[in-house]
Amino acid sequence: MRPLVPVSRPARIVLGVAFFVVFVAVWAFATLGGYVSKTFLADPVTMVRSGWTLLTEMGFAHDIGMTVWRVLGGFVIAAVLAVPLGVAMGAWKPVEAFFEPFVSFARYLPASAFIPLLILWAGIGEAQKLSVIFIGSFFQLVLMIAVAVGNVRRDLVEAAYTLGSSSGSLVRRVLIPNAAPEIAEILRMVLGWAWTYVIVAELIGASSGIGHMITDSQALLATDQIIFGIIVIGLIGLVSDLAFKAGNRALFPWAQLGR
Amino acid sequence: MTAEPSGAGALPILQVRALSRTFHTAAQGETVALQATDLDVAENDFVTILGPSGCGKSTLLRIVAGLDRPTTGEVLLDGARIGGPGADRGMVFQSYTLFPWLTVLDNVCFGLRERGLPRAEQLEVARDFVDRVGLAAFANHYPKQLSGGMQQRTALARALANRPRMLLMDEPFGALDHQTRELMQELLLGIWERERKTVLFVTHDIDEAVFMGGRVVVMSARPGRIKSDRTIGFAHPRHYSLKTTPEFGHIKAELTEELRAEVLAAARQAAERD
Repeated sequence: MRPLVPVSRPARIVLGVAFFVVFVAVWAFATLGGYVSKTFLADPVTMVRSGWTLLTEMGFAHDIGMTVWRVLGGFVIAAVLAVPLGVAMGAWKPVEAFFEPFVSFARYLPASAFIPLLILWAGIGEAQKLSVIFIGSFFQLVLMIAVAVGNVRRDLVEAAYTLGSSSGSLVRRVLIPNAAPEIAEILRMVLGWAWTYVIVAELIGASSGIGHMITDSQALLATDQIIFGIIVIGLIGLVSDLAFKAGNRALFPWAQLGR
Repeated sequence: MTAEPSGAGALPILQVRALSRTFHTAAQGETVALQATDLDVAENDFVTILGPSGCGKSTLLRIVAGLDRPTTGEVLLDGARIGGPGADRGMVFQSYTLFPWLTVLDNVCFGLRERGLPRAEQLEVARDFVDRVGLAAFANHYPKQLSGGMQQRTALARALANRPRMLLMDEPFGALDHQTRELMQELLLGIWERERKTVLFVTHDIDEAVFMGGRVVVMSARPGRIKSDRTIGFAHPRHYSLKTTPEFGHIKAELTEELRAEVLAAARQAAERD
């Protein structure tokens, strides 16, 4: 193996799948072989079986739906507000100077630490769940988008000016299209983080959702259900990630060139 | 065919008056990049500015483009003082400045769209200019799919399509290999011979300056100022074989001597700074 030499597509798929096979094999060996107590870790077969029961008999599909809805709801609200603010901060330095110190401070505030406050303010309904996701993703989005917009090549800006661009059209026709693929990439990444916040939000004061199911299962020592819940989250994350990547490729074909 | 350096009677299209530029840096303090410089450019002339690297020739061009501000002096275009960049001075940069998210055709449309031309008209004008630089077959390619020479041809088409009063070129072929550069010189000269658009062209390549210029202005080492200014009388259209004629060689030899003194001075300055 030489460094940086690319691997063929079939080999890449085989290698990627092989990891999952090895992972499950080790897990099965440890649990079915009796090396680990069932109280602490369920085996893969039990996990799949109880997952099926969860889906068919205990309405887990509804929990999944609720969680997806919360993640998307909170994330969309955060994105709708963060993209314009991030663009404005990246483009106009006084705007950046005004917001940047506060946003930099706010993004280190752990979203989960706000949960007790948010329960006090918004109750234990959906507003509280959406707020946690909003706090967790909004400030991150704003800062990263501002940097992406501000990182435009200066000679492209100068070229636009010599072609007659005004300040407004420079933002609309150079800064935004230039940063668009990176903004899409930032949205993809932060959506992944939003998934971790929603589960935390559902662990406390929720009556539905994947996180709620996991807390319930903890009381029953049902590690099979907990693992199934975690795997479902991973799978949804993987699917949304692939969809986002495909969307970005379709929207910004020029950004893929020369990679 | 070429106009005299200061055309009698007619107002020069570009007047540079007592222009200077001093940069302030924390490391080196004050650096005089450009010393009080005067320069007139007559309508339809092709003026090349020749100088060693770091002599302030790019600074001069950037101030004319409105991308940099002078410390003293002023630049007048058609008698009016310029205050910033504008579509009346088209520019081709040394770096590749095509917008990577736009195709060749849409890059050429960029300035036309800024002027508010209807889309159909934009496309018509852009197709014509893409054709003139020989890229009709690549109209729908993205910049990253093009070679360096093709990108600079597109940049030239983009600047020309905007119908600027004059064209500013900052070592536009500097990043290209020798053969491509010679082809680009012929292409640009061919376009100029048809349109006679006023050009101010910065280069450090003597062949390039003499082959294309109606007038060659030599700048001194830092602090930059104009050292000599000569009219190049070769008739148009110029053929690439001009470069091998004795007259061409004679002018080139003289300019080489002049430039060499400046390059040595620049090297001495650099050594003293270290």
